[in-house]
Amino acid sequence: MSVRRLAEKHLQPESFAFTPENVAWAKQQIAKYPEGRQASAVIPLLMRAQEQGGGWLSEPAMRVVGEMLDMPPIRIYEVATFYTQFQLQPVGRKAHIQVCGTTPCMLRGAEALIKVCKHRINEHQFHLSADGDFSWEEVECAGACVNAPMVQVVKDVYEDLTPEALEKIIDALARGEKPKTGPQIGRRSSEPVTGERTLTDPALFDGSMIGKGAGLAAAREAIAARAAAEQTPKPAEPAAAAPSGKAKSD
Amino acid sequence: MTKLIVDGKEIEVPAEYTLLQACEAAGAEIPRFCFHERLSIAGNCRMCLVELKGAPKPVASCAWGVRDCRPGPNGKPPEVITRSPMVKKAREGVMEFLLINHPLDCPICDQGGECDLQDQSMAYGTDSSRFSENKRAVEDKYIGVLVKTSMNRCIQCTRCVRFITEVAGVPELGAIGRGEDMEITTYLEGAMTSELQSNVVDLCPVGALTSRPYAFVARPWELGKTESIDVMDAVGSAIRVDTRGREVMRILPRVNDAVNEEWISDKTRHIVDGLRVQRLDVPYVREGGRLREASWQEAFAAIAAKVKAAKPERLGAIVGDLAACEEIFALKDLMARLGTKSIDCRQDGSAAHPKNGRASYIVNPTIAGIEQADALIIVGANPRMEASLVNARIRKRWRSGNFPIGLIGERVDLTYPYQHLGAGPESVAQAASGEFGEALKKAERPMVLLGAGATARPDGAAVAAAAAKLAQDIGAVKDGWNGFAMLQNAASRVGALDLGAVPGEGGLTAGDMATAGALDALFLLGADEIAVEPGAFVVYIGTHGDRGAHRADVILPGAAYTEKSGIFVNTEGRVQMAARAAFPPGDAREDWAILRALSDVLGHKLPYDSMTALRHAMFDAAPHLARVDQIEAGAPGDIAKLASAGGTPDKAPFAAAVADFYLTNPIARASAIMAECSALARGTPMATAAE
Repeated sequence: MSVRRLAEKHLQPESFAFTPENVAWAKQQIAKYPEGRQASAVIPLLMRAQEQGGGWLSEPAMRVVGEMLDMPPIRIYEVATFYTQFQLQPVGRKAHIQVCGTTPCMLRGAEALIKVCKHRINEHQFHLSADGDFSWEEVECAGACVNAPMVQVVKDVYEDLTPEALEKIIDALARGEKPKTGPQIGRRSSEPVTGERTLTDPALFDGSMIGKGAGLAAAREAIAARAAAEQTPKPAEPAAAAPSGKAKSD
Repeated sequence: MTKLIVDGKEIEVPAEYTLLQACEAAGAEIPRFCFHERLSIAGNCRMCLVELKGAPKPVASCAWGVRDCRPGPNGKPPEVITRSPMVKKAREGVMEFLLINHPLDCPICDQGGECDLQDQSMAYGTDSSRFSENKRAVEDKYIGVLVKTSMNRCIQCTRCVRFITEVAGVPELGAIGRGEDMEITTYLEGAMTSELQSNVVDLCPVGALTSRPYAFVARPWELGKTESIDVMDAVGSAIRVDTRGREVMRILPRVNDAVNEEWISDKTRHIVDGLRVQRLDVPYVREGGRLREASWQEAFAAIAAKVKAAKPERLGAIVGDLAACEEIFALKDLMARLGTKSIDCRQDGSAAHPKNGRASYIVNPTIAGIEQADALIIVGANPRMEASLVNARIRKRWRSGNFPIGLIGERVDLTYPYQHLGAGPESVAQAASGEFGEALKKAERPMVLLGAGATARPDGAAVAAAAAKLAQDIGAVKDGWNGFAMLQNAASRVGALDLGAVPGEGGLTAGDMATAGALDALFLLGADEIAVEPGAFVVYIGTHGDRGAHRADVILPGAAYTEKSGIFVNTEGRVQMAARAAFPPGDAREDWAILRALSDVLGHKLPYDSMTALRHAMFDAAPHLARVDQIEAGAPGDIAKLASAGGTPDKAPFAAAVADFYLTNPIARASAIMAECSALARGTPMATAAE
């Protein structure tokens, strides 16, 4: 954290106006709050203004939001400087890459990712690359620790990164493409990298369990019974009884 | 009421008290930085930690309610300890953290000697720091011409932010960033626009916000302190005048809950430099069109020659806005002895007149009483400019809710929302009938605030009558509540009206006296707000080389309000006594003494040789003036009398009575600081020399 200031005057746009879609959306947001409490919508509106304004929040945009919410400009300024999600300086045109540097990501190689950013974009965070297309920053935990290390670009996250994968993503972004989001090593979500070992039964997902009684307990019972029947041709009672007893104690 | 044991002493306090208030009630002293009685609770400095039996940690007493305390064992009341080793250790820890980033620049800090942090570190500070890293450095911010910032010293108590937002009602200050990087600033470092902004200097517990005009001028221990009364407006704020030698160095507010609570306006505080410059310190006599310095004898002789040659009905006197009751009484007495009935205290042509009784020209509900009102209609007034602290009180009442406010007159920013009911007199008659009229009628204690914008015009009497009728119609005048309020702008006005300084039978009003050829000789007692046309021989008794002195044929140098003891009656009719803090410059004398000496030369010697004798005579004429700090209540019947005057007001909309808040009197007009504020308020920054 350091002192955050608005961008220099020559970087500020002359004016700012929400697009009609965003105005409609903003009205919905404001309507969520009771009469006289419209100031509660300040964060969503500022976030939308940031998205519309090329990833950073300009002074005219803050003023516009203040006028929409009937808030004095200083109150908007307070909010915008408090939350580091609001970028007060211009960011890369194509992407502002937020690299998570918190412990799990750091242990899994975030420092190498930062090196890539330094090499590819700029030695210093928040500074634009030579062509103005990219900028980067190190952020605190973005909540994808199981798939560490990760980076975030606007609303998209790229997980399970290696320096090479990040380079590829930057290349793709530079070409104007939208790289595949999520884990970059083939897994779908945060399942074990070594392959799934639980909940593998397709019957769990094909809908055949629906309406079969007491949910999880019934499912476990059925699976256990089927497994027991497949493995041993003997009567299934003891094997079926054990899991059902366990399920009850759950 | 809730029982509580504080340091072994059982006390009973109201359940809504905080622990801090309860501890104070029990006589324990609680250190604090962020807490302030008149602001909302922030609870962020942590200096007020106390030990609460049963709580695992020390609690911030300012933010902990008495009703939140857990009772002790066996049904005993909750127990609070303010002097335990745990409390001391906790507070020392807080102090150490506060001092981590606070610079050790007390020797060059203007707050030195009156600094809360300095004082409290004597009790809770350690002799050396364990912090070996660099201190935080914060850029100084520009927040206006009156408040100087030194942001390294800020401990982020946010008192200034809360004051500007809550009391002043102009949310311009804020805290940007967070944590260690939190900084107090205005939006993009614009100047604050509140007329109460300088109070943040008093509120700042450290030297982060200091007075810019007073920067590096004096140390508090060098100053003589005199408790007095302000005359910049008719509110009569309680002030403390700090002097060094014969010079007034600064003016600070005093606590007076009935009038100004503990705030004063910027004009009250910062006209100090106006007391030093443009002063009249010797008598002047006009010879061959030019004023030349003269002795008192010469000046008196010149006056005597003119006055003795003139017929009594061709003499007159106008009382200015800053005159004290004593000199008004002496002037009126002198005029009566000279045989003229032309004396007037209403330079602005106000319709206020003592004939209808005292209630017809004072703020009957009283300033503190505004908090009891439950509806308000403002007629032709801009209380923010005319009486800033009355406006602050209205805002305070509005903040507590259920307070419909209507305004007839110019649409201005009063710092609180109001319903605009019209611009001119015709709306006054309609106010009781419309939708807002219903709200007024439903109110139990409605108020009508009538300003000079409505009364100081040719049809002022008719407008005042209409407003009085409105007050009657909406039930503002009844047993136990008189909601009719005429807001005066001049500090001298109510006192002068009490003393009857208005034209008698056949006498001329101020406006008539000022017209060309109306009089042979005219006395101006510090009257600078009226243009006297050529013709009359003008004697100006006053303090500053302003409009009155420019027109004068003889100038008699008088004493400013900080240089004399005098009785002033504020707009609510409260009698207050100003004290002498310094002496008038050069040959200048107290105004009553000038009039007394002049009367001798004119052959109509006033029968009092001392202030005491003068006051005795004055108290005989107006006994209520002897009851200092009390209000002689007006009779409710006066409002009916005022209403019965009738008359048809014309259609012209109400105009602002105060064109420029910062330049309303000769002292303010002499002040460079006020000129700068005025230029800033008008949006044309003054050209200044590069430093």
